[in-house]
Order: sequence, then structure tokens, then C-alpha cells
Amino acid sequence: MQDPATALTLPDPLPLDSGAVLSPVTIAYQEYGKRAADGSNVVVIFHALTGDQFAASPHPGTGRPGWWDRMVGPGKPIDTDRLCVICANVIGGCLGSTGPASERPDGTRYAQSFPVVTIHDMVRAFARMLDELGIDRVHAVVGGSMGGMQALAFASDFPDRAERVLVLASAARQSAQNIAFHEVGRQAIMADANWNGGDYYGGAHPDAGLAVARMAAHITYLSEKGLTEKFGRRLQAKGDGKPGEKSFGFDADFQVESYLRYQGSGFTRRFDANSYLYITRAMDYFDLAEEHGGRLADAFAGSSARFCIVSFDTDWLYPTAESQHLVRALNAAGAPVSFVELSSPFGHDGFLLETPGLDEVVRGFLT
Amino acid sequence: MKPHSTALADLRPDLAAIASVIPEGARVLDIGCGEGTLLAALAAHKQVDARGLEIDPERVATCVARGLSVVQGDAERDLVHYPDDAFDYAILGQTIQMVDRPAEVLDELLRVGRSAFVSFPNFAHWRMRVALGLGGRMPVTPALPETWHATGNIRNLTVVDFRALVAERGARIEREWHFAKGHTIRKRGANLRAEFALFLVGR
Repeated sequence: MQDPATALTLPDPLPLDSGAVLSPVTIAYQEYGKRAADGSNVVVIFHALTGDQFAASPHPGTGRPGWWDRMVGPGKPIDTDRLCVICANVIGGCLGSTGPASERPDGTRYAQSFPVVTIHDMVRAFARMLDELGIDRVHAVVGGSMGGMQALAFASDFPDRAERVLVLASAARQSAQNIAFHEVGRQAIMADANWNGGDYYGGAHPDAGLAVARMAAHITYLSEKGLTEKFGRRLQAKGDGKPGEKSFGFDADFQVESYLRYQGSGFTRRFDANSYLYITRAMDYFDLAEEHGGRLADAFAGSSARFCIVSFDTDWLYPTAESQHLVRALNAAGAPVSFVELSSPFGHDGFLLETPGLDEVVRGFLT
Repeated sequence: MKPHSTALADLRPDLAAIASVIPEGARVLDIGCGEGTLLAALAAHKQVDARGLEIDPERVATCVARGLSVVQGDAERDLVHYPDDAFDYAILGQTIQMVDRPAEVLDELLRVGRSAFVSFPNFAHWRMRVALGLGGRMPVTPALPETWHATGNIRNLTVVDFRALVAERGARIEREWHFAKGHTIRKRGANLRAEFALFLVGR
């Protein structure tokens, strides 16, 4: 276990896609395993929307195990006996990297004056961090969901800096449906009176709005089948030990309601509402083909990396068709690419959970 | 680490024949590559740029776990997405008799690959002729082990049929091999004696 406060401040300001410049830029990260002198055994893990750098060590706020603890560690598919994993909090995030909750040089918080960042800005900041660490080319970049977008952006923007690119449950563009879900979440946050134009750090936070955003998003991470298996129409037992019954009111009568409320309120204790706005916006702006004249293959034209794309059959947020679209572009670019659709009941969350075949694919691809 | 691979000499005879022709460093696409036996051997012993296409996700996972570049997909649906001349060799092993449109698949093989290997069970083998001609039933043999209602072989063909298809599509046969009881046999009388056939087809 190392110091959870590991962070690095970039020596130079970071120019952003929007035209704005971010300075200073601090990136908080965690490192697992022993790094080779030249960094050639480094596996970069990019986290998803609400993830963080604590992939394989307890979250400092909640104390819960790392979000990818089952995948990353000694002897695990991403084997830290052999590989050195670096996972950083994205810029715009809220766990140590520069984001809307950070203080500006004058001591006030950015809040809504924080510039809108893109997925490319995130990976550019990360690449600058690798420069600072003296790492030129890494063994692999890996990511699920938004982490997959970052892995693709990294491969496209820095074609010689990753030997392998592993993309799980992701896409080369954010779909209209996904932008729509994000907008629901953002509107829930901004409709909370406590949001106050983003200026809430001195007082009550927009927890109710953020919780609703999380509840709506959480549904999109699961599958209809998974929800039915886990909850069905079962009623929530009351505290007095009696079986659940309908209240003929608006309590959380159903177990699924209770579960979502729990997910929503738990989330507000570890996540900043403004960060949620900025990071969802970064995902919405992501369209790798658009930046290359509409031809996705051109995004990978100069790449020397091997690619592995994995989708999950019950994932309706980043469905298999999006992965196939990406695979065709990689084939057209002549890139060595593998693709498999794994079967899982867990929907989009399949990449985080015990999905048959996933560990073998990840381990094999990183060998 | 190199993927675990079979020595070229220990490959099944049709795969060994393919491996004997493919030069070092060639670009190869194996369609229906299964668990990647041929690709892994070619990658290890001939340093080819080995790619695969396989319909079964578990087999794809096995291939990826061995370090091979294999895409889950279907010859008929997905070959169209590969660019022209992407490969020196496209390989379609024991699959042409299973597709809806074999002629179009042959065209696609010769578009993405400069040459194509195609192998299939020969429906004119004498056992088939006996089963159908004398027995009056659709043949169930070691080469075609499933009954008519369970088999995926919906487009059965013979050695002579394939030669005709190649001519019809304006391609040419560069070489052919015939197999019975696990061994190579002579070309003469192959349509009667071969259980399996393998063709190398050029444009």
C-alpha cells in the first residue's frame, strides 16, 4: 500500500480543446506493482465516469475495495507481480486531480468557471504525466466505458506510446441515447436549488439532484434481465421485521426502489456534482471519427498498437454494434485487432464483474 | 511470450499443406479459425501476420487468450468490411459447404486475399455414393458425421463441383490436395477417393 495522496503537478499549463488553458494541472494517481526502469511493463488503466485512481486499493473516502480489485493485483489477470499498473484520476474529477472543486491560484474554487474538458484533454494531461514520470511507451492502455474512450483517444493521439490497447464495453463515439441519459442527470443536478449555479462549496451540496442523476445512470448500467433476477417485483421488508407491503404512498415499496435510493445517496458522499456535469459533458463530446473527417479508420492510421475490443451481450448502453463499428474501422486501418462479445447478465457493468471468459481474454491479451 | 503452438509437422494434414505453402512473414486471414491451431503455428514458426475470424465467442476468447488477433464474426457478414488486398492468403477451412452464398464468399476471399485456401468434405467420395446410391439415405460418414436434419453442411459439394465454381468465377486453381484416412492421396480419381479436398485458388 502506498500513500493515497500520490499526485503530480505538471510543469506547464495544459492547452485544452476548447481553446482555454488549464494551469496549474495536478494529477492524482495510484501505482501498483514494480515499475521497470524504462517503464516497459506499465499498464495504464483509465477509469470510467464515476471511477477513480483507486483501482486496486481501498477508496480513501468509503474504505471499500478498489473498483477493479478482482482484475488488478498479484496473480490476477492484470498481474502486478509482472506488470506495473498506473491509474490516474481524470482532470475534471474530484479525487485529487484538478477539477471544478479544486482551488484556483487565488484560493477560490473553480466551480462553473472550470473550463469544459474533453476526453482528448484528459489523455493529453495523462501523457504529460507519463513524460514527467519518464515513461515513453507503455505495455498497454486499458479501459472500460469512458476508460475505453480514453484508451482509444490515447492510441489515436499518441500512436507510438502504447503497445496494446484494450477497450471494454465502450465506443468510438457517444450515442444520442447516451447523451440523452447524461442530459437527464445534468438537469437533475442543476434543478436542485442547492446547486446554485455550481457555487455550493461553502454550503449545502446539491445531493438530491446528484442522487437522482446517479439513480437514472445506474439503471443504464444494468440489464432488464439482471434487474428482474435481482429484484423482480419483490417488496421491501420494513424495519420491524414484517414482510414488505404496499404503502399506498410513495415510500420505497419495491426492493428495486430501495436499492436505487441507496445507490443515489451513497454516491453523493463520494462524488462532486460539478465533476459529474463536466465528465458527462466530456463523454458527450467524444466522437473519434468526427475529428478525422468522418472516417474512423483514419483515427488509427499511424498506430503501431495491437487492439482488443470486448463487448457484453446485455450491455445496451454501449452495445456490441458500437464495438463492431470500431472493429471494422480498425480492420480497415490494417491494425491487428481482436474482438469478442462475452455473455453476461450484468449489462454495461459486465466489465467490472465476474463475466465468464473476461479474465482469460484480459490476461491473454496482456501477455 | 509466444502463443503455445503446434509444430508444423504435427498439424492435421490439410493444415500442414497450407503451412508448407505460406512463406515467412506473409499476411494471413484464417476464416473460421476455431481455437487458432493453424494461426498459432504460423505465427510461431513462420512469423506471419496472423489474423482470424471465428463465429463462436468461446473459441475467440481462447484465441485471444493465446495472444492471437481474432475477431468474432461471420464470413458472409463481416468479410465485406475488410479492405481489398489486405492479406496475402485468406483461408476458409471446412466452411464453404456451410454458408448461404458460397460463390460470393469465394469472390470475397479473393478480394481480401491475393490467394485463397479452401477446403471441404468431398460429397462424391465413394462412401457417400454407396450410402446414397445403394442405401437410399443421406450419408453419415466420418467426414460428414451428422444426419441431414442436424448438419450445418447445407451446400454439399464435390471436388469436380469446386473446380467448376472456380472457373465460373473467373479465378484459377494454383494447386490442389486430396486426403483420405488422414493422408494425402493422388489427384487421379480424387473425386471418388478423397474424403476431403484442399484448393489453393488465385485470381
